[in-house]
Amino acid sequence: MSLRTLHLSGHTVSRTMLALFFAILALLFTFSLAGCNRVADAAPAADYAVVPVREPSTEIVGQEVAVLTEAPNVPPAITRTHATKVIVNLDVIEKTMRLADGVDYTMWTFGGSMPGRFIRVREGDQVELHLKNDKHSSMPHNIDLHAVTGPGGGAKSSLTLPGGESVFTFAALNPGLYVYHCATAPVPMHIANGMYGMILVEPKAGMPKVDREFYVMQSEFYTHGKFGEKGLQALDMEKGVDERPTYVVFNGAVGSLTGDKTLQAKVGERVRLFVGNGGPNLISSFHVIGEVFDNVYTEGGTVASQHNVQTTLVPAGGSAVVEFGVEKPGDLILVDHSIFRAFNKGALGMLHVSGEDNAKVFASLKGVDGGTH
Amino acid sequence: MRSLRLATLILLAAAPRATASARPVARPDHAIRRTVSRMAMIPAGHYRPLYAAPGAERVAVAAFALDRDPVTAGEFLAFVERRPEWRRDRVRRVYADARYLADWPSATDAGSLEARRRPATQVSWFAARAYCASRGKRLPTVDEWEYAASASERSTHAGDDGAFRMRLLALYTAIGKAVNTPSRGFENVYGVRALHGVVWEWTLDFNSVVLDDDSRATGSGADARDRHLYCASAALGATDPSDYPAFLRHAVRAGLGARTSTSALGFRCAASTVIS
Repeated sequence: MSLRTLHLSGHTVSRTMLALFFAILALLFTFSLAGCNRVADAAPAADYAVVPVREPSTEIVGQEVAVLTEAPNVPPAITRTHATKVIVNLDVIEKTMRLADGVDYTMWTFGGSMPGRFIRVREGDQVELHLKNDKHSSMPHNIDLHAVTGPGGGAKSSLTLPGGESVFTFAALNPGLYVYHCATAPVPMHIANGMYGMILVEPKAGMPKVDREFYVMQSEFYTHGKFGEKGLQALDMEKGVDERPTYVVFNGAVGSLTGDKTLQAKVGERVRLFVGNGGPNLISSFHVIGEVFDNVYTEGGTVASQHNVQTTLVPAGGSAVVEFGVEKPGDLILVDHSIFRAFNKGALGMLHVSGEDNAKVFASLKGVDGGTH
Repeated sequence: MRSLRLATLILLAAAPRATASARPVARPDHAIRRTVSRMAMIPAGHYRPLYAAPGAERVAVAAFALDRDPVTAGEFLAFVERRPEWRRDRVRRVYADARYLADWPSATDAGSLEARRRPATQVSWFAARAYCASRGKRLPTVDEWEYAASASERSTHAGDDGAFRMRLLALYTAIGKAVNTPSRGFENVYGVRALHGVVWEWTLDFNSVVLDDDSRATGSGADARDRHLYCASAALGATDPSDYPAFLRHAVRAGLGARTSTSALGFRCAASTVIS
């Protein structure tokens, strides 16, 4: 049935037909969900035709301490099929770190590295978050996790003085990939100094199996000195207000995903990138040169909402999950395709694919590199 | 001339407190003169608070005197020796939390000569207030502190100056890492030193709701404290959303309870004056 027929058959008829069409779609969707893996406490498939008002898990079994990882590493997939109490110990540490070669910046970190430690829990878990602020910190900090349903995403209960600790608990009600950040006034300064990270709330049914998972987070730095100007750089507020970043980087520094820190995969493997954007200002046009995203979980939601995507938007204070199989050896280049940022401001990373070549996937036939066939 | 007038004023200010305290404050003249030389005279004026009621964006501040330097650990040790109820092993828990003076080697030892020259930190609001009272002084109010602190080396009103703000941000970022070098804080046009970048400082009315830590859990107190303090809502109602140094100071104060004793938080004393 073409749109033209619909149009010609008149307003009322086209409406009825459209309704029927959507009803069938909805039915198909329900059937496909019913076929999912059943897990111990799997809830009935969510019916988003009706907005769910969620209930915390009625049964919390046991307790564990979350394994937190430094980027680009991701904690192992969760194999549990029940909800548990998860203790997350996050330490705020202010320390001078490398922003680029010869350029230092006093970063305010969640966990002592950039970006903040990756947290992985399961939908339905009861999370107890312990936020400690190092005694050498200059000021109080707190945390707002976008995965939290509650006042300020936890910020209201976690203002923590140097040397102090705050504790709050929340139910991981919504699955998805979420940004967390410091929300102490003035928030832009805390975020501009590095206070962001990500928490993954795995859906109860888990995520499709892949061979490699990486944690990549984009953000900007606004420094007094120009790009590459040596020495300890301080925050330039004016540049921040004007949204004129000096640096746009992945994982907290120029070159954090290149050289000996290049990400590694093998031909034939499936790769998943958990991509975040700490901001504070820019939206990322995330692209991997030489690949196509087979699945994109837009904005870090739980549905592979799009296939065969070249570039996906990652909002400031938001995320995306991208998945792709690697078919050809060589270097894939991660960029923000707002391309001056990649070329002149640092938004560039690498994924090296090793393994046997397949000339059918790609072969150079004639050109400056001589060609392989 | 100014010194003499100040001396009289401080005597006046001290008098009612002396009767209230168990220990009368009686000093020989030379002690007063020494006290005065350690204080700077801040003339009356106006300043703009970070959060102001509509129509009250300019707050009048009466003339007052302010310690030129933060109180040092050595000075606080002398106070604790005179007033043993403020020793860390004797202080009542309602007046100071467990971290009170916890960085000292012992209850009556503030450490090396170098350590004793550093600003006193890990002192609760109650203890800071008692110290000032013992000197015939008091803590400065938020308005007084902010007013005096908006001065640079050359200007009394540098708070709006972008370069001055950037400098303060850089100084604040280094707090906690540089407590041992009070000299890095500059001396402002009033002759007050190290207001920025060495330690944060207690104020008399650091929060209009002065409650103990437990109030945070019970609701109303927590609400009052956190009102402007997280995420973008902090900018709501602020007189100048670009005054980041003021936001930082505000956030520090909001995190405090009167029993709180924390690193990188010290104090200095003030005294009221009367207009002649």
